[in-house]
Amino acid sequence: MRYLFKTHYAQDLALFEHSGQRFWYAMLALVLLAMPWIASGYWISQMIFIFIYGVVGLGLMLLAGYTGQMSIGHAAFMAVGAYTEAVLASKGWPFPLTLLISSTFAAAVGLVVGLPALRLRGLYLAIATLAFGFIIEEIIARWDTVTGGNAGMRVKPIVMLGLSLRDSTSFYYVGLATVVLTVFLVRNLLRTPTGRAFVAVRDSEISAQSMGIALAQTKTLAFALSAALAGLGGALYARKVGFISPEQFTVMQSIELVMMIVIGGLGSLHGVFLGAAFVIALPQVIALAKDLLPAAIGGSPGLQPLIFGLILMAFLLFEPLGLYGRWVKVRTYLELFPYYRGGMFARQRSFQKSERTK
Amino acid sequence: MSAPLLRGESLSLHFGGVKAVNDVSFELPAGRILTLIGPNGAGKTTLFNLISRIYSPTQGRLYFEGRDITGIAPHAVAGLGIARTFQNIELFENASVLQNLLVGRHVARRSNLWQEAWLTPAARTAELRFRRDVEEVIDFLDLQSMRNSLVGGLPYGARKVVEMARALCMKPRLLLLDEPSSGLTTEEKGDMAFWIADIRRVLGITVLMVEHDMALVNRVSDDVIALHTGMVIARGTPAQVQANPAVIEAYLGRRQEVQS
Repeated sequence: MRYLFKTHYAQDLALFEHSGQRFWYAMLALVLLAMPWIASGYWISQMIFIFIYGVVGLGLMLLAGYTGQMSIGHAAFMAVGAYTEAVLASKGWPFPLTLLISSTFAAAVGLVVGLPALRLRGLYLAIATLAFGFIIEEIIARWDTVTGGNAGMRVKPIVMLGLSLRDSTSFYYVGLATVVLTVFLVRNLLRTPTGRAFVAVRDSEISAQSMGIALAQTKTLAFALSAALAGLGGALYARKVGFISPEQFTVMQSIELVMMIVIGGLGSLHGVFLGAAFVIALPQVIALAKDLLPAAIGGSPGLQPLIFGLILMAFLLFEPLGLYGRWVKVRTYLELFPYYRGGMFARQRSFQKSERTK
Repeated sequence: MSAPLLRGESLSLHFGGVKAVNDVSFELPAGRILTLIGPNGAGKTTLFNLISRIYSPTQGRLYFEGRDITGIAPHAVAGLGIARTFQNIELFENASVLQNLLVGRHVARRSNLWQEAWLTPAARTAELRFRRDVEEVIDFLDLQSMRNSLVGGLPYGARKVVEMARALCMKPRLLLLDEPSSGLTTEEKGDMAFWIADIRRVLGITVLMVEHDMALVNRVSDDVIALHTGMVIARGTPAQVQANPAVIEAYLGRRQEVQS
């Protein structure tokens, strides 16, 4: 067990708490950087999807996990980013710039959605964002002069500095860089007044207000930032997949995003990526298991949603803090061995708080 | 005599036909401790909510340092130097004590989103200064041992102190305490009285509080206002108010001769 003796206030502000953390994150960075040499193309491709979903999940986590505003329309922000990227790419705009514009445009849409959402809370907000998701889906399907309608549209591969980043190795690094940058920015926000204002609004609006936090401004900002990240992920997604259509951004996709952050662990950045990895890996595991199951079960089309649903329910019931919460428990167990007590984390279960009346 | 720090001028708040606060006027000079007492439903907390602008008065005006604050936004009250606590503790449950206290420094935020996202030197310096400010309050209220504890896991008495600490982190000129001693043990009440007196004596903060515990009221308040059904029924020193027949009647009812 490690005891931290803090001698400077800067230690409370540091990105890494102690040298052990620095070491493990350096290891992680090395492995991630060396990945294209270690793993095959298939795994690289899966990693890229984890990065993309990670960036989108980061946005949703900021909104739902930190500001307490649930959204089940986040696939729509992804769609806005993806289509903006596709349109700009077809016009021949240079790559990093298109990403920035797609993200900014998604943020603007987020701002517009955020404004009416100020008056809504909890379940009602979730329904409003759901409706917003349908609206965007419908707009994309009908506005076929720009979006290609239900037939979808092709997205040009990335061209940077005259080089085409068609192969997955270069795309992998673009994804990795985006993840590192966005995590850094979000981490910074979370350890400064903006992030604390988000948490304050989540936990008690009335007292946030009496601390001088403008509720409307804070919630709108959370929506805009969240949409910007979702749009950024969507833009990368469009480039990666190379073809986008409205079916890729349905309500199911939004729900999968919610599931991702809940399974990962609401209110933690680690949870975003654990959840993303889980959601990406699970269909593969299910596909493998299908062959082993009897044909009547393995061949039924509803198997995947069923398993997804069961797993989500299991997490809500038994581990509301998600994979990250589970990891913290395992780590504490190992650190304190043999003194760990079963009830040590019992209180934290109250995290899943029901609606407040005021 | 200089202008009072806080002045309420015939404040009224009606919910339909219910007169929660009815024509209440008061003056709170800087450096004093004023307590509102009264039976349940007397309008004490409602008056608090009027001052922190959660409600808007139906009638009357509020002045802070001579400035009319009746129409300002609820979140702007903090910026003026008015901090408050809540009757049923409103802390940020899923954050650490330190984070809760740092929210108290939000009023001093000067950095913008861009500076914070990149943690520019200016934002970093501000953050370290906030951390130091917060440590002063931690020192003042002896919270060292629970700096990094999650608020959700703290016992009730400790939360009460943390909530007061968070209000103090705002470096307010006026502190509104809504039932600071409710739910505390006798010993904790003693500590609370000591701290409230110290807040005024050491930090020079004016205090307006709602309190039921008369021992605490006697120990720390300079002035007392008794409310009943939204109206002021007595004001003066703690001893004067407690001896006032109208106050006794409000709490205990009227003595009646019963004829058999």
